Order: sequence, then C-alpha cells, then structure tokens
Amino acid sequence: MSEHRTPPPVSTMLMRGLFEENPIFRLALSLCPAVAVTTAVKNGLMLGVAVLVVQVLSSMSGSLVKHIINPKIRIPVFTLLIAIWVSAMDMILAAYFADVYQQVGLYVKLIVAFAIIISRMELFSMKHSVVPCFWDGLGMGLGFLVGLVLAGAFRELLGSGSIFGIAVLPFKPLLLVVLPAGGFFTIGLIMALFNWVDIKRGHKLPAGGGGAHG
Amino acid sequence: MADAKVVSPHEILVEGALPADATAIRLVRSSDADIPLAVVSVKPAAQPNSFTLTTAETLNKQDHYQLTAKGVDQPWEIAPSPLAMVISVIIGSALINNFVFTRYLGLCVFFGVSKNKDTAIGMGVTFTIVGLLSGMISWTLNTFALEPLRLEFMQIIAFIGIVACLVQATDLILKKVNPVLHKKFGIYLVLITTNCIILAVPLLNATSGATFLQALGLSLGAGLGFALALFLMSCAIEKVNMAPVPLVFKGLPVAFIIAGLFALSFLGFSGLKVA
Repeated sequence: MSEHRTPPPVSTMLMRGLFEENPIFRLALSLCPAVAVTTAVKNGLMLGVAVLVVQVLSSMSGSLVKHIINPKIRIPVFTLLIAIWVSAMDMILAAYFADVYQQVGLYVKLIVAFAIIISRMELFSMKHSVVPCFWDGLGMGLGFLVGLVLAGAFRELLGSGSIFGIAVLPFKPLLLVVLPAGGFFTIGLIMALFNWVDIKRGHKLPAGGGGAHG
Repeated sequence: MADAKVVSPHEILVEGALPADATAIRLVRSSDADIPLAVVSVKPAAQPNSFTLTTAETLNKQDHYQLTAKGVDQPWEIAPSPLAMVISVIIGSALINNFVFTRYLGLCVFFGVSKNKDTAIGMGVTFTIVGLLSGMISWTLNTFALEPLRLEFMQIIAFIGIVACLVQATDLILKKVNPVLHKKFGIYLVLITTNCIILAVPLLNATSGATFLQALGLSLGAGLGFALALFLMSCAIEKVNMAPVPLVFKGLPVAFIIAGLFALSFLGFSGLKVA
C-alpha cells in the first residue's frame, strides 16, 4: 500500500463526487442527516459545509499518516482522526452559528459515524498522496453538500413555501414533506430522479436497482 | 420515612402527619423548585394516617416533586418508581421516538441489512447487546471521568473510542468463546461502528444529564426500537421484491418510500403516554 497510484485528473475527482458517485443519491451513504436536517435549506447548507470541511481535512490527514500506522488498526486510527476534526468543527459551529447549531447539533457530532468519510479514507487516502486527497475530499464533500441543499430546497419550498426562510410562495403546497416522514419520501423521489436521468443518458442501472449499497 | 405518590392527575396520596391547612403546604417540581404548585385541599384519605392532596395543576406521574409542610421537618420526595421509569424510557425510545423512524438515525445500516428477515434479526440482536454495553460504559465514563474533570469536549472522541474498542473486543472474544455464534453475528459487529445510533445514545444521555437507569432505558430502548424497525422493514422489503416496481424506483428509492410510510404510521405512537 505504500506506493502511490497515479491519481485521476482533478476534474474527474471533483465531478465524481457530484454526480456518478454522489454520496447520498448514488452511494446511499450517510443518509441519516440527509433525511433529518433537510427541513430547511439553511440547515442542510450548514451540515453540508461541516461535512465538506471534515471530509477534506480527514482525507488529507489520513493520507499523511498512512505510512506510520499498522494497516490492521487503520479503522480505529481513522475514526479517531475524524473525531478530532469533528470535535473542532462542533465547537466552531456552536460558537459562531448558535441558532442553526441548536437544530442540527446532534447531527454535527454524528459526522464521526458517517460512513462516507471513513469509506473515502479507506478507498482513496490509503492509496494516494495528500494533494489528490484534497481534491477527492472536496468533490465528495461538495456532492454531499449539493445533495443536502437540493433536498432542503425541495422540502422547504414545498412544505413551507419559502427558501432560506424567505417566503416565495403565498401558500404551502405540500405540508407533508416537512413532516418527519417527508424526508424519506423526498430522498426516495430524488434518488428515483437520478436513476431516471441515468436511464435517459443511456447508462445501465447497477444491479439491484439504483443506489447500490456500499 | 413517610411515603408520598401521585395517584391521579390532580391528587397526591401522602403518608404521615400533614397540617390540615392547605396554605401551610408547599409543593414544587424538583426541576424548578422556585415555583410552588397550588394545593387546593387536604383531606384525610381512606388509609390511616394519610392524606389526599388536591392540586390545581395537572401532575405527571413521571415527574419528581418535593413536598414540604410547616411544622414538619422532613420533606417528602415524590418520584416515580425506578422500574416504571426505566420501562417508560424504553417504550419512549423504542416506539414514541423510534430512532430510525422519528429521529432518522442509523439509516445506512438500516437500508443495508433490511433485505431479508434473517439478517435483520441478526443485526437487531447484535446491535441491541452491543448498544446496551456501550451505552452503560459511556455513561460511566462520562459521569465519573469526563464531567468531574471538565473534559466534556472530549465526549465525541471518548464515545467513538469506546464503541470501536468494544466492537473489536466483542469480535475477538466471540471468536474465541463461541465460533459458531461468531460466524453468524460477526459480520454485523463490524457494521455497528458506522451506525450513528450507537454514538447518538451516549451523546443524548450526556446532554440530557440522564441518571444511570435512564441511560440504561435509553440504550435498551434504542436497540429494541432499531431491531423492531429492521424487522418490520425486512418483512415489507421481502414482499416488495416480488412486486413489479417501476424501473427507476427499484432498490433504494422504493425502500425509502416504504420507510416513509412506516414513519407516518409511527407518528401514531406520539399520542402514547406511559403511566
């Protein structure tokens, strides 16, 4: 594992996270926040940024230490690395964005257990050097951010008739989607949309339907 | 020590000598001891040497109250029985606030292993046991080490460390002691580390300042609720797999829709009150 593979071009690394390996809609990893905090765009945006930062920092630090850790204990070490960055992020958000933090605080702490971060460290950081890890982390983090914002916008617009807390529509078209259960419906529908686009573009769906589980 | 307990939403049964004057009695909630709850009347009860207090405000059997009276030195502590409290926390976290369907935690594992009943049961059992253990250990560490030393900022790191070690240890012990069981449940153990519920339980306990029994109830309830959710989901998925689902909805999208329907039906539990 010590020799580095040639990293793919930067654009591939960035776009991969956004579309073909979108953490939420394609890989179906780290779904808890996607369902839970996306009742408003603001919440989704904040958690998305938190995950983006933690992903980039964890990927890079994972890549830095991969030579000095025994591969057998890499999972605990990676988990602790993530926990350190998450703790830092948690304190920063609690200090500067207290109002949003009140709503999504628990999920910020739970970033530690998000499978997407550790799976990127395992799949990418173990094999590549620091700079490609930065781009890969950025791509994945952005994909996650876009997913959260997309779901948040959908739910806030349909459920509360507003975007970013500003009323856009004079009525509330579909109150159901901001209800707890609405999160599941929203993510299911957006996943189906991703599949539909894929089929239109002539791709074949992965076996067992879209969003093959990782 | 004289005994007192809440018998109905407006009545407290008190054992011991009470002044007959309602104004000489002071009843407060232990959580905010500055706000007295008005006592309307004091009447002798059917049992000897006991009284029934009637209050204007609605009382809750799960709350803690303190009762003091002029001329009586010892206060009465009114608290729910420990067993009742544990059961109410378990039911609360398993049904009313089910971790999967109303708090949306543990979804990755939830959608991953709910493909058939056997894996769902295996994961449910393994998770309940490991979750209970890690909840207890985390509570102990938090109460006796992190809080006295003002190391609360280490909570995330400490709790995830406990989970990782516990999973690794259970894996090793099980492999040595009972290889058959390990073969059956070993793969689920590894998955537990990425289940947010296992981390959310200690964090929720730490934020709410739960007592040992409450922490026990929450850990057990979370595990049972997760197992229940997994089992229900796997039953539904097994049926759906035989149904003609539109191509774009095949796999996860339809699983999400089903989970949404389950979540809707779990809303029905929100009216459930445990006495």
